[in-house]
Amino acid sequence: MDIIVCIKQVPDTTEVRINPETNTLVREGVPSIINPFDENAVEAALQLKEQCGGTVTVITMGPPQASEALRSTIGMGADETILISDRAFAGSDTWATSYTLSQAIRKIGKFDLILCGKQAIDGDTAQVGPGIAEWLGIPQVTFVTKIEVTGATLRLERLLEEVNEVVEAPMPAVITVVKQINEPRLPSLKGMMRAKKAEIKNFTAQDIAADPKNIGLNGSPTSVVKIFSPPPKGGGQILKGEPEEIVDNLLSKIKERKII
Amino acid sequence: MSIKILLDKCTGCTLCVKACPFAAISMIDRPTAAPGRSKKIALINLDACTLCGACVPSCKFDSIELKKELGSAGTDLSAYRGVWVFAEQREGKVQSVAYELLTEGRRLAADLKTELSAVLCGDPDIEEEVDHLFSYGADKVYLIVHAELKHYHTAPYTRAIAEVITKFKPEIMLLGATTLGRDLAARLAVRVGAGLTADCTGLAIENRLLQQTRPAFGGNIMATIQTPKHRPQMATVRPKVFKKIKLQDPKPRTDANTIRFKPVINEEDLAVKLLQVVKDESVKINLAEAEIIVSGGRGLGEAKNFHLVEELAQALGGAVGASRATVDAGWISAHHQVGQTGKTVAPKLYIACGISGKIQHLVGMQGSDTIVAINKDPDAPIFKVASYGIVGDLFEYLPLLTKKVKELRG
Repeated sequence: MDIIVCIKQVPDTTEVRINPETNTLVREGVPSIINPFDENAVEAALQLKEQCGGTVTVITMGPPQASEALRSTIGMGADETILISDRAFAGSDTWATSYTLSQAIRKIGKFDLILCGKQAIDGDTAQVGPGIAEWLGIPQVTFVTKIEVTGATLRLERLLEEVNEVVEAPMPAVITVVKQINEPRLPSLKGMMRAKKAEIKNFTAQDIAADPKNIGLNGSPTSVVKIFSPPPKGGGQILKGEPEEIVDNLLSKIKERKII
Repeated sequence: MSIKILLDKCTGCTLCVKACPFAAISMIDRPTAAPGRSKKIALINLDACTLCGACVPSCKFDSIELKKELGSAGTDLSAYRGVWVFAEQREGKVQSVAYELLTEGRRLAADLKTELSAVLCGDPDIEEEVDHLFSYGADKVYLIVHAELKHYHTAPYTRAIAEVITKFKPEIMLLGATTLGRDLAARLAVRVGAGLTADCTGLAIENRLLQQTRPAFGGNIMATIQTPKHRPQMATVRPKVFKKIKLQDPKPRTDANTIRFKPVINEEDLAVKLLQVVKDESVKINLAEAEIIVSGGRGLGEAKNFHLVEELAQALGGAVGASRATVDAGWISAHHQVGQTGKTVAPKLYIACGISGKIQHLVGMQGSDTIVAINKDPDAPIFKVASYGIVGDLFEYLPLLTKKVKELRG
C-alpha cells in the first residue's frame, strides 16, 4: 500500500504568548514543531506499512525551513519526503493550500491512501484534508480514530461529539486522524542518521503544474483583515473563609442565580 | 502580492518584529544613514513571510505596505443575495446550533436587507422539522429530500447542497462548526469555489462583506477574515456562541416559502457506508445540551479520582467534562473533552475542578453563564474567567460540595 501523508510545520502554539504591555505576540524562542495531529497521521501510515507493506511518502507545503519537519519524519521511518515550496505559494488559505497539495499528489501519481491530521493547531480549520479529497475527486473520512484494512476496503472508526461511527470506505481515499488513534513513535537513532543524509525532494509551482490563479494569496478566497488580542478577562470573586462557609456561600450564590 | 517596509516611515521601533507570528522580521542597520531617522530599520525575510498581515496593524507609523493584486475571480457579486443557514440534523432532529445560526442569521439578513433561508436535508420524515426553522426566523426553507440523505454522508450532502447553491446563489452560508458541519463545509467550499472561515465566534457586516472573527494560534490571538471576491461567503460557527431566540410571530409555512428540491445522487456518492454507531456508555448527559457541567483537570492527580467529579455532576444533574490533559492521559474518553480541540460549551453553570485554564480550554467554556473554579494555585488563569473562585484542595471541596448539594436537593 502506498501512502502519502500531508504534514504542516507549526509554531508550538501553547508557547505563543501575548505581551500585555505591547499587546503583541511574543515569539522569541517559540519552537517550530510538526503539527501534533500530523505526527499521528505519520504514525498511522507507518503502522499500515508495517502491516501491509508499501511506501510512506511525507509531503508538506511551506517555506524552506519546513524541511526540518520532513527530516524528522524520515527519522520516524518515512521512505521519502517532498517539500512543496515556492514564493508563489505564500499567503495561501485552506482553499489554495488544498489545491497545491492535490497538485503535488497528482504529480507523485501513485497512491492508495492519503493521511492528514484532523487539523493544524495554529489555524485549527480542519479544512485542508477534505479540500484535498475534493480536488482529487476521491472520498474523505474525517476524525478517524481506528483504521483497519481488508483487501481494498477500509473499515474506519470516527470520533464524533457523543458517539463513534464505524464506516466502510474504498481506496483511494483521504483520511484525517485524531490524536486518539495512536501514540507517535520517537525518531530512532538509526532513523536520525538516515534523516541527516536523506535527500528532501523539492517541488516548485512549475513542477506541479499549478494554475497561478489557484495558488498563493491570489488563489485564496479569504483574507485576514485584522489580528488582535482577545479581550482581557476580568475575573470574579474569590470566596474566602472556612471550607464549610465557602461551600455554603457558593451554593447560596448558585441558588440566587436560580441554577439549582 | 507583495509586502514591503517603507523606509522613510520606519522608526525602528521593533513592534512588527514582535507581532510577526513567523519570526520573519528582524532589525538591520539603515542602508544609507539619513539625518533625523533611526539607525535601525525593519527587514522582512520574504522566505519566512507568509503575507499573513499580522504586522500591518502593529505598525504605528503605517510603514508596512501589504499589496494584494486585484483578484480575477470574475464573479458577479451582485448576483448573489440572501443569508443561508445549513440546518444540521441528526437522527431526524434539527440540532440546536442551526437555531442559534438562524437567530444570528436574522440579524445579518436585516443588516443586508435580504432574506434568511434554512437548508434542510433528510429523508421524507424530515418534513416534520420544517416548522421549527420558521419559528427561529427563516423566511424560506430549502427542503432537500432523498432517502440517501437520512444520515449524513459527505458525498451525497455535498452534491445536493452544491446544486442548490449554484442554482439559487446565496451570498452567505453559515454552518455549525461541529464534526459534521466542518466535514461538509470544507468539501462544499472547494466544490463551489467559496471562501470558508472555520470556527467563527463573531460575525458582522461591513460594506456588504461578512466580517468573520475567530480565534487562531490556539486562542492566543483573534483574527478577522473576509471573502472579498468569491461567493458564497461561507463560515462555520461554534455551537453555543450565539443564543437561539424563537420569534414571537414567525412566518407561516406556505408552498411558496418552502422550496422542495430532489437531488440527483450518483452511485459513486455512496462509496462510504455507515456500518455502526458506537455509543459511549460513560456519556450519561450530553455535554452540548447540559445546563450544568462539572469538569475535571490534571489537578485530580490520577484517573481513579474522576469519580469525585462524576459524583458532583450526578448530584447536580449535570454532565461530566474534562480538560485535554486528562483525555490525553487516558483518564476519560474524548467525548468529554472541552476546549479548542474538543467541544465548545456554554451551560448555565460550569464548575472547573483542578483545571489550570490554558487558553485552549478557556475558549471552549468561557461563554458559560456562571463559572466556578476550584484550584489550589491562586495564580491559575482559570480564576480570570471564574465568576466564583475557590483557592483550595479539590479533594476537600468536591466531596463537601457533593454532600451539601445532595442535602439541598433532598
